[in-house]
Amino acid sequence: MAFLGRSLILRQLRRYSVQSICSNRGLRYAHSNARATEYLQTHDTDLTDSQKTVREAIAKICANYSDEYWLKQDETKKFPADFHQTLAQDGWLGVCMPQEYGGSELGIAEATIMMQTISESGGGMTAASSVHMNIFGLEPVVKFGTEEQKKRWLEPLIAGKERACFGVTEPNNGLDTLKLQSIARKEKNGDDYILSGQKIWISTAQNAQKILILVRTTPLEEVKKPSQGLSLFYTDLDPSVVTITEIPKMGRAAVDTNTLFFENWRVPASDMVGKENDGFKMILHGMNAERILIGAEALGLGYAALRKAAIYAGEREVFGRAIGKNQAIQHPLADSWMKLEAARLMIYHAARMYDQGYAGGEYANAGKYLAAEAAFEACERAVLTHGGMGYAKEYHVERYLREVFIPRIAPVSKEMICNYIGERVLGLPKSY
Amino acid sequence: MASKLRILVPVKRVIDYAIKPRINKAQTGVETAGVKHSLNPFDELSIEEAVRLRENHKNKKSPMEVENILALSAGGPKAPDVLRTAMAMGADRAFHIDVPESADGGPEPLTIAKMLRGVVEKENINLVLLGKQAIDGDQGQTGQMLAGLLGWPQATQASKVEIKDEAGTVEVTHEVDGGVETLRAKLPLVITTDLRLNEPRYASLPNIMKAKKKPLEKKTLADFGVEDTRRLKTLKVTEPPARKGGGKVEDVDGLIGKLKELGAL
Repeated sequence: MAFLGRSLILRQLRRYSVQSICSNRGLRYAHSNARATEYLQTHDTDLTDSQKTVREAIAKICANYSDEYWLKQDETKKFPADFHQTLAQDGWLGVCMPQEYGGSELGIAEATIMMQTISESGGGMTAASSVHMNIFGLEPVVKFGTEEQKKRWLEPLIAGKERACFGVTEPNNGLDTLKLQSIARKEKNGDDYILSGQKIWISTAQNAQKILILVRTTPLEEVKKPSQGLSLFYTDLDPSVVTITEIPKMGRAAVDTNTLFFENWRVPASDMVGKENDGFKMILHGMNAERILIGAEALGLGYAALRKAAIYAGEREVFGRAIGKNQAIQHPLADSWMKLEAARLMIYHAARMYDQGYAGGEYANAGKYLAAEAAFEACERAVLTHGGMGYAKEYHVERYLREVFIPRIAPVSKEMICNYIGERVLGLPKSY
Repeated sequence: MASKLRILVPVKRVIDYAIKPRINKAQTGVETAGVKHSLNPFDELSIEEAVRLRENHKNKKSPMEVENILALSAGGPKAPDVLRTAMAMGADRAFHIDVPESADGGPEPLTIAKMLRGVVEKENINLVLLGKQAIDGDQGQTGQMLAGLLGWPQATQASKVEIKDEAGTVEVTHEVDGGVETLRAKLPLVITTDLRLNEPRYASLPNIMKAKKKPLEKKTLADFGVEDTRRLKTLKVTEPPARKGGGKVEDVDGLIGKLKELGAL
């Protein structure tokens, strides 16, 4: 091949670190194009043209963010703002947003492969979570916002000038969303609401200018159904009014997660999304899509772990042979690929159906469940395949293992997914 | 002289530069099946430069307006992939010259140059920007042959391109051993591009979407009066010989002794 000059080499150096390992391995083991060891391979035959385009374009951007970059972000707990900006500049935050506000109006099928690829590049949940909320979180605004609101909110979000976080969960109710206790009282003048309460697990709140927040506007005792009486606001998140406290946690240190406390927080009525007391219905709207996207992010991390494990197993020699020659090493990795791939097919199926207007949640939930579990297993096996090295930060897989707990737990636990399937698909009585 | 630039940018779909190529079983070329391909990196530079010429004029930094950027690729059914990339980066339209895929690397540079001459004449092109070479065949001939066939001036391996005036005076800098050389010529002109010319952009998502709607016409060599005749036959393609391991020396003196022995000191 021709000599490639400085700029190109600089741009691609990080990829070489992965690629050269792959190709060295190929020379020795004569299967250089093994697809699970290729960096962001493009051999999946089920992809649509537009998914392929998204994967290739995103892969080019992500190749500039090396394993070392993500390791450093994790160690220094620094939000990957430049990564977020790069994606914003090239229009990626608007992947499923309406064209009139700067988006590209593609489907969840494209957003799914985008998020998988971001995570799979080695960025994991750190990279994915730095943009996740901005990709699809404002769907309630797209669906229920006024023209004026959409222009005011979506344009700066897509352009990367504002970042958004999402506040639903509270310390006292967990997944029992309808019991949330934060309240908003309408001022007599009718121009403002006064919010009081607390929220927990609010990711990126330290780095967000806006929050989409669900609060109760009519007390539980006064509504016919508990799903009524909640209202949704999209408003400025002002740290001088809202106390934002970071929660130290197991993984993904670069992307902050927080508790929020607020009292007498004045929010203009013009920042309410849709009708008063209708908030819950609106956030339900995007939930299946969110599960699909989180599932895809988990898949990406699983494939990244598997890639590292397979390359290492092919290279590492102990007792005079590559450890990957041992079936005790090889078979669990093969098993993980099959499980990841099966989960991927379900996630992609769920995405396709979502884009076709299917509203059921069984595939989105099941796909998230399977993807998170398969990814967890792949990450664990990647650490074990690396032996002692796997426990060292410089081999990256321990970071993946710490991060993969996120999609296992959020946005909904695997137990709640089983409850959903048990009730809705198997027709069994509600168990909780 | 024309007051607007009509730029032709020929591009090629090649094996991705990060992939280590492997020789096919018949030893006639490299294995291309199931291997990642992308736009030839030097062609990426050409597209980028064409788009920058347009942007520079809009920002009043270049005296000539760019009327049209035509991307062109000769290749098999997947060649449109790189044409879409070129259009996503900023080319206005594209020609796909349908040439069947073959294991021997496809049409020779002279065939391509003759076809490009036809395109230049039919499309009234006044500037051709080509990569100095494609990283698959590494032949580096097409640009020079095209200039010869057209009887146009050429500036090869450009590291800087500057339009000096509305009359179409162009200055092109290229790197030579120990310095740079700057050439001046008048349009029409052939320029081949080298690595330090620019840093190609990534196509943004909205531009990728727009590129899908830009016109892509399918044509054949015959449309430009050219036949795919071969003057050369590839006899054999082989891997480079494996590197032999080096020797070990005991200490610094041993190293110096060895270097002297090899005439390196």
